[in-house]
Amino acid sequence: MHHSKNIIQSIESFFFLVGDISRFGSRFFREGFKSPIEWREIMRQSVEIGYRSLPLVGITAFIMGLVLTIQSRPTLVEFGAESWLPAMVSVSIIREIGPVITALICAGKIGSRIGAELGSMKVTEQIDAMEVSGTNPFKYLVTTRILSTTLMLPLLVILADVIALYGAYLGVNIKGAVSAQLYFNQVIEALEFSDLIPSIVKSFFFGFAIGLIGCYMGYHSKKGTEGVGKSANSAVVIASLMVFVLDLLAVQITDLFYEL
Amino acid sequence: MSYNTTKDILPHAIEITELKKSFGNNHVINGFNLTVKSQENVAVLGQSGSGKSVFIKCVIGLVKADSGSIKVFGKDILKLKQAELDQVRTKMGFLFQSNALYDSMTVRENLEFPLRRLRMNQSQKETDKQVEEALEDVGLLNTIDLMPAELSGGMKKRISIARTLINRPQIILYDEPTTGLDPITSREINELMNQVHEKYKTSSIIISHDLSCIHRTADRIILLKDGINYTEGSFDQLKTSTDPWVNAFFNT
Repeated sequence: MHHSKNIIQSIESFFFLVGDISRFGSRFFREGFKSPIEWREIMRQSVEIGYRSLPLVGITAFIMGLVLTIQSRPTLVEFGAESWLPAMVSVSIIREIGPVITALICAGKIGSRIGAELGSMKVTEQIDAMEVSGTNPFKYLVTTRILSTTLMLPLLVILADVIALYGAYLGVNIKGAVSAQLYFNQVIEALEFSDLIPSIVKSFFFGFAIGLIGCYMGYHSKKGTEGVGKSANSAVVIASLMVFVLDLLAVQITDLFYEL
Repeated sequence: MSYNTTKDILPHAIEITELKKSFGNNHVINGFNLTVKSQENVAVLGQSGSGKSVFIKCVIGLVKADSGSIKVFGKDILKLKQAELDQVRTKMGFLFQSNALYDSMTVRENLEFPLRRLRMNQSQKETDKQVEEALEDVGLLNTIDLMPAELSGGMKKRISIARTLINRPQIILYDEPTTGLDPITSREINELMNQVHEKYKTSSIIISHDLSCIHRTADRIILLKDGINYTEGSFDQLKTSTDPWVNAFFNT
């Protein structure tokens, strides 16, 4: 009896959370594009989110490209299709590995940063201080961060894709000898717009979800420093989960349009 | 025979009637009434947990009251839309107990923040002048390019007062202005509050349980108990009160 009551409460709080995040998101659309737009803060956040994530995203992408190639080779060799390696790896990177790995790294790095930063501002009453001064803290803190993550993530994904392809090139050449020209010719031949466009489009959604959830968790932080830790943690966990959910939806929608 | 003072003939800055606020079954404010005349400093005194901070946050609209009315310059803030409330807030300043300085910004940026958004047509030269004037008022012009983390507790409080003054508020709400400060710094902050009052002719509500702060700064004191007005009077009147609770509060 007590157990089932707990389950019902958990389900209720899950739907409450979903509803509250949706309301928070709709407020972004209502207030985010109203004048005056905080360009300076958007630029600052874009540098923080985009530029400062580049080394981590780049290194991870390079390793992923390299490892994917090394791991895929034995299977293709078994089927006598080793020459297909650049094509197969590039499609995997562009369609899935690049966007999802980049989004997960950003969910960890950016989501936690935003959650902790806003959470700390909330518990030290800095958000209240903005509000009482007659300015709109939501517009300054939330819309700028969501816009920056939404715009920066696709750029990071594109860069990650390119770097991962270089990693894959190295992987191809570990046990083979393929020139850069031949490798990249094969990559370009294998790729179509139906691989690239959905991948870029879904990364906008990944960026939006990471920004939205990081901001929501931080903005609703409670109970002092413990609450800040929880906000940062929840931001990473929920944003990572959202990346997979959105990826699943993106695959289904892409399937409708392109009949993969 | 009684004579009206200047404060008596000026309109009320704040009128609060039958204010109520509960959190679940915890009835924090139970019908509190308060009138603050123009240029008057009113202190609200009460034990820890008596709802003083909740009350002052209701006045600025950070906590939404359940019922009653809070009229600021005749406008009931409980009935205002967000944009109208923001407009009223530009006439009010709020000094947070924790100072709430923006820790990622310098002192200059802390003070500029509201100006950049509320007075967008103002030139940088004019903004700089205002920031410097506010810092001069609190005697800390030399800290203009420091970060809040580089300041002492007393300095943070002064900068927080300077930020409160930057919009030239007509009403200032002080939430525990001297809590956590040593007696000398507390005295300096009290003097600063009086200087601000003299210079800018502000009305104030001061929330505190620091009797020396209340003594130095308040014209009138209201005691809050169980969410309602328990009694009110001047410091000397309350100090000589025969009521056991008031007596215990003032003479323990």
